[in-house]
Formats: sequence, structure tokens, C-alpha cells
Amino acid sequence: MTDRQAIFQHRFDNGLTLVAQSMPWLESAAFSFAIPAGCSREPARQRGLANFCCEMVFRGGGEYDNRGLVEKLESLGCDYFSSTSIYHSFFGGAMPATGLLEALGVYADVLRRPQLPEDQLEDGRMTCLQEIHSLEDDLSSRVMLELRRRFYGDPLGRHAEGVIEHVNQIALADIRSFYASCYQPRDAVIAVAGKLEWPRLLDRVTALFSDWTGRPVSDPPTVPPEHGVCHIPFSSHQTHIGIAWPCVPYNHPEYYLARGAVGVLSDGMSSRLFREVRDRRGLCYTVSANLHSLRTEGSVVCYCGTTTDNAQQSLDVLVEQFQLLSRGISEEELQRLKVQIRSGLIMQQESCRARVGNLAGDVLHLGHVRTLDEVSERINGLTTADINEWLQAHPPGPFDVVTLGEQPLELRDGIPTASAR
Amino acid sequence: MEFRQHQLANGLTILAECNPDAYFGAYGIFVRAGSRDEQAEIGGVSHFLEHMVFKGTPTRSAEQVNLELDELGSSSNARTGEESTIYHAAVLPEFQTALIELLTDLMRPALRLEDFETEKKVIIEEIMMYQDQPPYGGHEQLMLEYFGGHPLGQSVLGTVESVGNLTPESMRNYFAQRYSPGNMALIAAGKVDFERLVEDAERLCGAWTPCTVQRPVAQVTPRSGFSTLHKPNSTLQYVLQLSPGPATEDEDRDGGSRIYWKMLDSGLAESAGIGSYEYLGAGLAMSYFCCEPKLAQENLELLNSILAEALAGVTAKELELAKQKIVAQILLASERTEARMFSVGGQWLNNQSFKTPAEIANQYRCVTLDQVNAVAKKYPLGNCRTLSIGPRTDLSPG
Repeated sequence: MTDRQAIFQHRFDNGLTLVAQSMPWLESAAFSFAIPAGCSREPARQRGLANFCCEMVFRGGGEYDNRGLVEKLESLGCDYFSSTSIYHSFFGGAMPATGLLEALGVYADVLRRPQLPEDQLEDGRMTCLQEIHSLEDDLSSRVMLELRRRFYGDPLGRHAEGVIEHVNQIALADIRSFYASCYQPRDAVIAVAGKLEWPRLLDRVTALFSDWTGRPVSDPPTVPPEHGVCHIPFSSHQTHIGIAWPCVPYNHPEYYLARGAVGVLSDGMSSRLFREVRDRRGLCYTVSANLHSLRTEGSVVCYCGTTTDNAQQSLDVLVEQFQLLSRGISEEELQRLKVQIRSGLIMQQESCRARVGNLAGDVLHLGHVRTLDEVSERINGLTTADINEWLQAHPPGPFDVVTLGEQPLELRDGIPTASAR
Repeated sequence: MEFRQHQLANGLTILAECNPDAYFGAYGIFVRAGSRDEQAEIGGVSHFLEHMVFKGTPTRSAEQVNLELDELGSSSNARTGEESTIYHAAVLPEFQTALIELLTDLMRPALRLEDFETEKKVIIEEIMMYQDQPPYGGHEQLMLEYFGGHPLGQSVLGTVESVGNLTPESMRNYFAQRYSPGNMALIAAGKVDFERLVEDAERLCGAWTPCTVQRPVAQVTPRSGFSTLHKPNSTLQYVLQLSPGPATEDEDRDGGSRIYWKMLDSGLAESAGIGSYEYLGAGLAMSYFCCEPKLAQENLELLNSILAEALAGVTAKELELAKQKIVAQILLASERTEARMFSVGGQWLNNQSFKTPAEIANQYRCVTLDQVNAVAKKYPLGNCRTLSIGPRTDLSPG
């Protein structure tokens, strides 16, 4: 893979990091701005402020009003997005590479000189409120968001959309104040991937962002998690099951051991969960388990959607599989996983969008980019002996469970729940 | 980039867009078999069969199939629609032959009773999953109401009842009628060894026996009207509308951006848009929105006024922006090997001659204002058939 990877990184004096991967075989480019304006920065009584601010920032900046901004990006062929997560708000897009440097200029206006127009405040609020309502109808997301809220506590368990009552109360002054404190270069990252020339990109970003200033932001106080089993009564056809237990985050030295173990559980059609819950027993259509990482904490999160009559059996089989995992994985399972991960890494290289997400994520979690070669080497270096030893020392559990559906479910006697932590 | 084609004596078509610079190859078996080919009593059989294909062949168990797909590191899946079933996988170049051996073997499934009954439960779970997700089966209901008794109105998934009543025997009959080599194509894109692909196909599929396959194209008589699906515990109100559209290529995408400014930018709706769907002998324009229930009537009237305005035509600036957007999207998609495979296969499904992304982009560039406005007049985007889904039952066409 080496010959086709050219990764560049530069940290400006103001704390902003620019990271880029040149992919000269493409005609497109993608970019992502990660601004340290995530929902963990919101005051506790203003849940939804970061997302609202993100929405308002995009409603005009510099010389562009709302419509001018969108038309400019569309004229560059830019497929753009913005979103808010725990630590950051992200602004990004993918486009024909010819317009990349111009698009970065548009985003300098948006991020550094937003108009935050008063006459659009109510339209922006309505947009944010609609997003919250939409989540209410997405039952699987509801379960997983509640699981995350209970597992991580506050503010790390927040979801960006926030709370209706709070969003209703947010004033333009609150947005301006949040913008002033959080939209700044320290801990911000600009990631770019695709057809690009590094010297020109660096010059352009230097001209646009190197004189940006700001103060470090402090984190709000934390509220401890609520562990255990929780049920949300709801009249639905399926019961939606979310299960989480603690695990190492992405920046932990043991991360790839955990990745190997969870991969055996959930990657591919021969994975244990797919085979045991869906294929052999026909209990569900969707089942998955993934690693989730924050800066210093991580978890394994599992989702399964299953009809009411099958729900208890599904939970029992899931937990049984988690417990069996601690007895170890086989050499064949690991070999299959290695081929799958290697294929995925190679296939990822044709997509500037996929790469830009990884570049930004790596810099945010690690401070530098793990090249595909490095990742490949770590995956190839995994052995069943190492993973099994790690699993023995870190068996899955204790479990936090959130269910939504007609009837509550129970963990069988003797299963460690998180309340025992 | 080179386009290659070949046909076996039994009628199986092989098409490939070979790109020696690609990292991997994407392969698909496209079958002209979908819900429009089903009689009502076997509703859902195309989709159920798609699942059963992965449950093994006379020489492979379901577990072996899954193991082999993962051993090849493949990113594989399948999809069923009104007119087609597609099995696809992407693998590194060294696994091409192994994947083709597996994929082609899967096209002659065992349909074992025990697997059939277990997988039936998975399908019913899938139906229930969609029943819980917005728009709560509304799409299926709207298609049924719009098309009346026409086969295009049948649900791809089928119903709990129709799937529950299916037997391996009825599935075998359906399979024999649709999975004839002349009704199928092996499609590839990316780093493909075409000579080997043809050799492998001859060896593995040459003995498949062809039969005559028919797809009657009954005339569609759209049924207009307004109906309501009451979902008391839904938070938002969802509205879907269908009207006739071109049965061939869509050149009329102007509505999207007006809907964006009036309904989304203003925060009146959570989501809104318009899309086109083309079938053999029928085309559709589907417009939709979802919003807080109290805003639903206002939004419905707004949407219909935007659609009515489209009849008067679009401006040169709107057309130019739309073209730039479409051409950029074509470029982005052209860099993705799997997207190329789907494009080549899609063109085969529609009986179109092969066009490169550059040629397709150029076609869009050449569209004139007069052409777009003529299409807008020919296919007025009206509220031909509307379905309102959610807690409110009092919406009216306005």
C-alpha cells in the first residue's frame, strides 16, 4: 500500500492542525473542518446550543448570505454537510478537485465571519426542533442514544440534538456567545484528501486561517453515569435492544486487541452474532456490535431489533455469545477477520470521503495519522494468543441494557449488570 | 478504462468496465426478477429468494457460504426491487475466480426446507422492522393505491401473510421461470481480468439451461386520490405523493432546490424532496415531506404550490445550478468501483447501450431549458395520489 500514500501534517502556531492525503489518481477532493464546538461544551440548561449554533453559522458568512452561500457551494459541485458531535462540530464536503481551494475560502467566511443573522433565528430553531422530533420516531436511534446517555453520563453521553425545552429558550445572544468561545483554532483540525498539491493547499490554508485566534475552552462539570437495565415502554412491532460494556478507546495501546475480539463477534456474515442470532435461529434482521471511542473512555455497543415474542430469547443469546467470547477466539476466525480488514483498508483508498474522515478522526484521537500501512501492520501482528489473553483479562461486561418495546426484558441470574460495578 | 462484453451460448450476458488502475473488482449478478413478476399469492417471493440464495447450494451449506464470503474479504450484499434482484460483492483482484465460483454457484440454490423456515422468520423480522420505521409501510400502501391491481403496486417484501404462506415448491417454480441465463447478466467493474471472467463463466454457467422468460407490460392507469394511515404514536406527520413521470431517463430535477428553500431552509419541514423512479412502461415522480403534525396542512399546500409552479418552467440559472450539481455527482460516483458496477448493470437492466460517466455527464450538460420545460409540461408534478401518515387524520388535499 505504501507507494500510494502521501500524508502531510502541519500545526499552526494558533493550535490549528492541517492534515492532508494526496490521492493523485482521483479527480475529486473532500475536506472536513472539525471545530471544538461540540455539545459537551454546552451549559447544562442549554442542551442543543452547539447544534443550533452549527445551523446558524451555515446561514451566511463574510460576503455570502444564506442563499448565496449554498449557491456558491453548489456551483463548485460541492456536496456539503455539517454535523455536531460530543467534542466537535464538523463542516465538510466532497467535490471536483478543481474547486477545492475556492471552497476552503467559502468556509473561512462561514467559520470565521458568520453573519448569525437575527432574521433567520426562528427558521434555524425550527430546523433544530424538527431534528429532535425526527429522532423520536427513529426507535433504534432512541435506544442507542439512551444507552449512551446512561453509559457515559453527562456531558459525554449527550446527543447533539438536545432538548426541546432548551432549544425553545435559546436566544441569539447565547449563540453568539457560544460561537465566540468555541469557534476558534485551538484543537481544531482541517482534513483534506483527494487530488491536491500540498504546497498550494498549505499556502491557501495559511492565508485563510493562520491569523485566526482564540482562547482554550474549558469543559463543563461532569455528571456520573446511570448503569443497569432500563426499559422504555412503547407500542411497537419490534423490541429494540441496546447493550453496552466498557472497553478501551481508539488511542489505547490495547485497542487493536479489542478490535480483533469485537470483529470476531460482529464483522461479516460468518461473525458469531450474525450466525447465532440471525442465521441459525432467525431471531432478527439486524444485529451488530461495534467499538465506540471517546477521548479517554470507550465501549462496545451492540444493537438488535427483534419482534416482541423473540426479544427475550434474543437478549439471552446475545449475552451468551458475549460470555462465550471471553473463552477465546479461533485461529480461523482471526484469519478471516484479517482478510476482511485488509480488503476494507485497500478499498477505502478509492474514496476521498472515507479517507478524510479517517484523517480527521486520527488527528483528533491520536494527534497524528495512522497510515494504512501502520494499521495493516497492527492487524497482521494480532495473534489469537494475545487476543485470548486480553479477553481473559477483560471479559465482556458488566452490561448496561436499554430496551424499547412492548415488554421489559430481563438479564438471567448471574449475568453481571453494570449496577454491580 | 475499457468496456468489454460477451454472451454465452445459453444467453448469459457478461459486461465489464475494466480499469487497470483500480484497487479491486466489483462483481454483480443482475436478474430481471422482482415484485412485478409475482402473482399476488406469492407476494414477496423475489425478495425471499434473494435471502435463500445465501442459504446454500447442493454442494455448500449456509454456513459455508458465509465463511467463504468472509474468507475472500468480500464486501457483499444483495437487493431486490420491483424489477430486479442484484447479488454483488467486491474483492481484491487475487480473489476474482474464487468469488465468481461462489457467486455463480449461489445462482443454483438448494432451497432446503429447514433453511427456508428459519429464513422466513428473518424476513418477517425485516417486515416488522420497516413497520416500525417511518413512513411505517406508507410507501408500500401508496404504491398499491396508485397502481391499483397493476403488478408494479405490489410490495417487494410481501406481507406477513403472503411470506408466511410461501413454500419451497412455489419458490422453485418462480426460480425456474426467472433465473434463466438469458434473463441474467454477470457485471464487473474495476480491476477485472475479463478473459478469465469469460472463461470462468463458460465453465461455471455454460450448462445452465435457458427457458423463455416473459414480462408482460400491462398499461398503468394511475389512481388519484387522498388517503390516511393513522399512526397515533408517531411524533411527526409524513406525507408521500406520487404522480406520473417519464418511463425513461429523468431530466426533470428542478423541483428539488425550490423545495429546499421554501420547506427546509425555513425549518417548516424536517425533510422534504422529490425523486424519480423509472420502470418498464411506467415512470413516477415521488414527492415527500415530514414535519411537526401542526405544520402538515400548511406544508402540503406549500408543496403542491411548488409542484404546480414547476409547470410554468424553470429559469436558466436554476437549470445551470442543477446541471453543475448533477455533473459533480456523476464525477464523484465515477470514482467508486461499486458505483460503476451498478451503473453498468443498471444500463443492462434498462436495455440501454453502454455509456461512460463522461458521456452521461455530457448528456446532462447538453440539456436545454426548452427540453426541461417541455418535460415539466408533459409530466405535471401534481398531487395525483397522496398518503398522509401519522397522528393526524384530518389532512385534506387542500
